[in-house]
Amino acid sequence: MSLDKPLTRNVREDRIPTDFSAYITNGGYQALQQTIGKYTPADCLQIIKDSNLRGRGGAGFPTGMKWSFVPMENVSPGHKYLICNADEMEPGTFKDRLIMECDPHQLIEGMILSAYTIQADVAYIFIRSEYLLAQKLLKQAIADCYEKGYLGKNIQGSDYSLDMYVHVSAGRYICGEETALINSLEGKRANPRAKPPFPQVSGLWGRPTIVNNVETLCNISHIIERGADWFKSLSLTDDSGTKLYGVSGRVKNPGCWELPMGTPIREIIMGYAGGMEDGYQLRGFLPGGGSTDFLTEEHLDLAMDYETIGKAGSRMGTGTMIILDDKTCPVGFIKNLVDFFAQESCGFCTPCRDGLPWSGQVLEDIEQGRGTNEDIATLERQAKFIGAIGNTHCALAPGAMEPLISGLKYFREDFEQYVGGSHDSSNDSNQPNASTTGGLS
Amino acid sequence: MHMNETQLIPMLSDIELDEINAEIAHAPYPQAVAIDALKIVQAHRGWISDESLNAIARHLNMSPAELDGIATFYNLIFRRPVGERVILLCNSVTCWIKGYEQLQQQISERLGVSLGETTKDNQYTFLPVTCLGACDKAPVMMVGDDLYENITSETVTQIFRTQQEIDA
Repeated sequence: MSLDKPLTRNVREDRIPTDFSAYITNGGYQALQQTIGKYTPADCLQIIKDSNLRGRGGAGFPTGMKWSFVPMENVSPGHKYLICNADEMEPGTFKDRLIMECDPHQLIEGMILSAYTIQADVAYIFIRSEYLLAQKLLKQAIADCYEKGYLGKNIQGSDYSLDMYVHVSAGRYICGEETALINSLEGKRANPRAKPPFPQVSGLWGRPTIVNNVETLCNISHIIERGADWFKSLSLTDDSGTKLYGVSGRVKNPGCWELPMGTPIREIIMGYAGGMEDGYQLRGFLPGGGSTDFLTEEHLDLAMDYETIGKAGSRMGTGTMIILDDKTCPVGFIKNLVDFFAQESCGFCTPCRDGLPWSGQVLEDIEQGRGTNEDIATLERQAKFIGAIGNTHCALAPGAMEPLISGLKYFREDFEQYVGGSHDSSNDSNQPNASTTGGLS
Repeated sequence: MHMNETQLIPMLSDIELDEINAEIAHAPYPQAVAIDALKIVQAHRGWISDESLNAIARHLNMSPAELDGIATFYNLIFRRPVGERVILLCNSVTCWIKGYEQLQQQISERLGVSLGETTKDNQYTFLPVTCLGACDKAPVMMVGDDLYENITSETVTQIFRTQQEIDA
């Protein structure tokens, strides 16, 4: 049992899921047994606050602080809710699938302890429709826990009770936004809500609600079992813990690895991911999913953590990097992302609903050789309106603009070549009839 | 409007009702399970016809128009008939880098359908899907409940047989 990689200690090389008995053999549910009925929720909250755990879904908000807004005393009668956001749909992100498919009980134990800390009596796992194996394993894990008395009435003979359900989504990226997720769980269209009130006070069915990402919740039992100082010691920088980092695109060994928070980007891309495929060179990368700003070769020696990547003008996001190689057109890459966000906009706010398809159309014009310099200026103007925080309810539109704004900065010559009529698409490896053969050869 | 109401609103089957009612049992009010109910009925019938929609809406005590607003919001609730198996080809950025456009063309040619269409023999409906969360194995697609990783043109040839190959 590896203590320096708590999240993946039960992830086997052959990806065979760790079942209930194997989880127990490896020390599972000890944190639960040692905590429920023995430590107060306030004690647990203090450990999570001290650990400096930050949300692993992309925003990086301190988990302990988020939880501290849940009313604990003089609460009006009714439910409190914990929701696990397992609606992993950020382009280029494949980390939560790994832990749910390989170690479902880790998530359940983390959720029980999190629910105990905020004294929630109902918990939901909101999971995307396509994750069929994870759904099956999580439902089995929940059934195991009911049978063993880790879920249900009076857990371990204490006065604490918790019910847990799996909700399978019907497919929309916007459901990953926590207030949209709550609306979806209420059976409605997934339009984000205006804040305040914040979900911690008035969330699911108007009751106090916490929404956390899978990886965030998986950390909880380890932190409570081993303490805040241990968790901080796992990291190389000030952001504590480990992180599931991923690399996809034209690298030799795409994958997902649990590494100390703050591992240098070069070590992840050139080491763990094996460097670029033969015949391809690195032009840039999105550090943490489709809604983060491009970084380039000059940033390879940065530490991969929230603070450092933020200072470099991007976001660590989900920590799963997407590589832009020299035989993939940056304009097409950005257009693919803008089209994705345009499709997945819930349609409530004008800049997002109308602005994103417009940006996609302008990019299409440029790519098809119909573009002018005025079109590049239009993209820059739109990026300012659509990308400004506060012009829309939620962060979808600003996120959609991050690869565009940074792409115009780092790859401007590609846009200008299209407009000037000098772009040579025969070098693009992913176009049908490309002269360079790609992965399908 | 003059048609017999029972023709427009067929009954939900006993098994559908059991499954929907199991969801209602832990919801604060019936409308809260609208999405679950749509998914349950779709699992049994393949898609959500107007008749199915009306039957669900009546059972949940909500208007069909409101339920349709929900049904059409979500990508994976089908308001038109689909084939026996739905092909979900990932078109998000990593799969696009790794050859989505070539695969899309090849599948379309083999099956004789464009994106959004169903094959004549009703075997397949071909749809794009957003990032499937398996980017380390890109390009990927789902066919029915099966996930195919690292797909190549050979994979496509193996999975999808052309009509001539079936006839031969």
